[in-house]
Amino acid sequence: MAIRERLSGNEAVAVAFKQMDLDVMAAYPITPSTEVPQYFSQFVADGVVQTEFVAVESEHSAMSACISAAAAGARAATATSACGLALMWELLYVASGSRVPVTLALINRALSAPININNDHSDSMGARDSGWIQIYSENNQEAYDNQIMSVRIAEHKDIMLPVMVCQDGFITSHAIENIELLEDDAVAKFVGTYTPQSSLLGGKPISVGPLDTPQFYFEHAYQRAHAMIESKKVILDVFKEFADLTGRAYGLFEEYKMEDAECAIVVLNSTAGTAKYVCDELRAQGKKVGVLKLRVFRPFPIDEIKKALSHLKAVAVMDKSDCFSAVGGPVFADVRNACYDLETRPQIINFIYGLGGRDVRVEDLKHVYSALDEIVRTGHLGKIYRHVGVRGV
Amino acid sequence: MIYVKDARLNQTWNEVSHGGIMLKGGTSLEVNTGDWRTFVPSWIEEKCKQCFLCFPVCADSSIIIENGKRTDFDFKHCKGCGVCYKVCPFDAITFEKEDK
Repeated sequence: MAIRERLSGNEAVAVAFKQMDLDVMAAYPITPSTEVPQYFSQFVADGVVQTEFVAVESEHSAMSACISAAAAGARAATATSACGLALMWELLYVASGSRVPVTLALINRALSAPININNDHSDSMGARDSGWIQIYSENNQEAYDNQIMSVRIAEHKDIMLPVMVCQDGFITSHAIENIELLEDDAVAKFVGTYTPQSSLLGGKPISVGPLDTPQFYFEHAYQRAHAMIESKKVILDVFKEFADLTGRAYGLFEEYKMEDAECAIVVLNSTAGTAKYVCDELRAQGKKVGVLKLRVFRPFPIDEIKKALSHLKAVAVMDKSDCFSAVGGPVFADVRNACYDLETRPQIINFIYGLGGRDVRVEDLKHVYSALDEIVRTGHLGKIYRHVGVRGV
Repeated sequence: MIYVKDARLNQTWNEVSHGGIMLKGGTSLEVNTGDWRTFVPSWIEEKCKQCFLCFPVCADSSIIIENGKRTDFDFKHCKGCGVCYKVCPFDAITFEKEDK
């Protein structure tokens, strides 16, 4: 029997960690993710989990402790935001390169400076090349579900890559919503136990993270790239198994009213909810619009995206971070890349939006759809790298 | 996951261990890192009082103690840092540029 509850996004993630009874959590507080280890440390204090909670002195240490714990054969996880993820930077690559299946709840927040504690995606988008699988969550339910599924993906013997599950800081992390939880034993059964073929505590001595000379490093880099390619199938298998268990079916992305759409917005995390609302309003006026909500950003589902966008006339890719390339955001770069091989391509523009917690209003997304409408009407692409919601632009 | 006991140069990407994990310890013993050296210490056995001040400061465990006695250097791993030469109170260790 599923459990009906009301939880914030942070509490939902903490409950997911509780139900999978982590072996180790090492975490350092940072807004807006602080509640995740805070709730979890209460579970530890109450004795409802057997987890070793490591109260480290920084995020660099948090990730180091998780990597070491995972190398020792433990199921280890952490949570962070923004500058916390930035301080983990070096270790993000160590985790994926050492092939330890650490999982991370990333509560998306803007990077300094100027300092800002509110939501955008500059933290996770900066880490998109670190060899971590990235899954994004529209709401609390998805954050909970994704976190549970993440360990199965990370620990799969053919994958062994770390996974970060992202959700929007404050917008979903602190908003209390209805949620359907699994029973504890159902989660325990679904995630199973982490049993690596070899580990630091596995009886036989092993060395983890040795010097890799030019004679070997490239082979290891290729292995990691190969695992990322292979992970798509594993991700879909895990999604399928989870759907069979819960009835909640997830894909690499969600297509909302895309079938006969001429124009669409590509978006991830909580803004997808607003986009669907705006889409519905415009549909009521007879406009053929849709929403493509990306869930899995790493590995990037290039073939599937290409197919999903192939019939469209115009697409706006929404980026809640700016990679300062002077030509557009990171989601845009990959989505446009995906469409390059199409014989007839949609016109594609990019909107940077919502940086540093700037509210994303219905009007903003109507502006985006009207920009697409104008491109279709006039046949003129206009400016590609655009911004919405910033004063004076 | 792929695990291997010994890394060999002809191994392809799907034969080398995942993440470089090695299924044994102490592999540094097999590698000649002594050739990194530019300066080399020499042990003068006659002057040595077996005081044991040198071996704890050796950064590479290259001063071998056998049966309670200091023996010669392990030149396969000595990096020529000169710390043993510095601590020896009896001039039993010399330190000179190494000719190769």
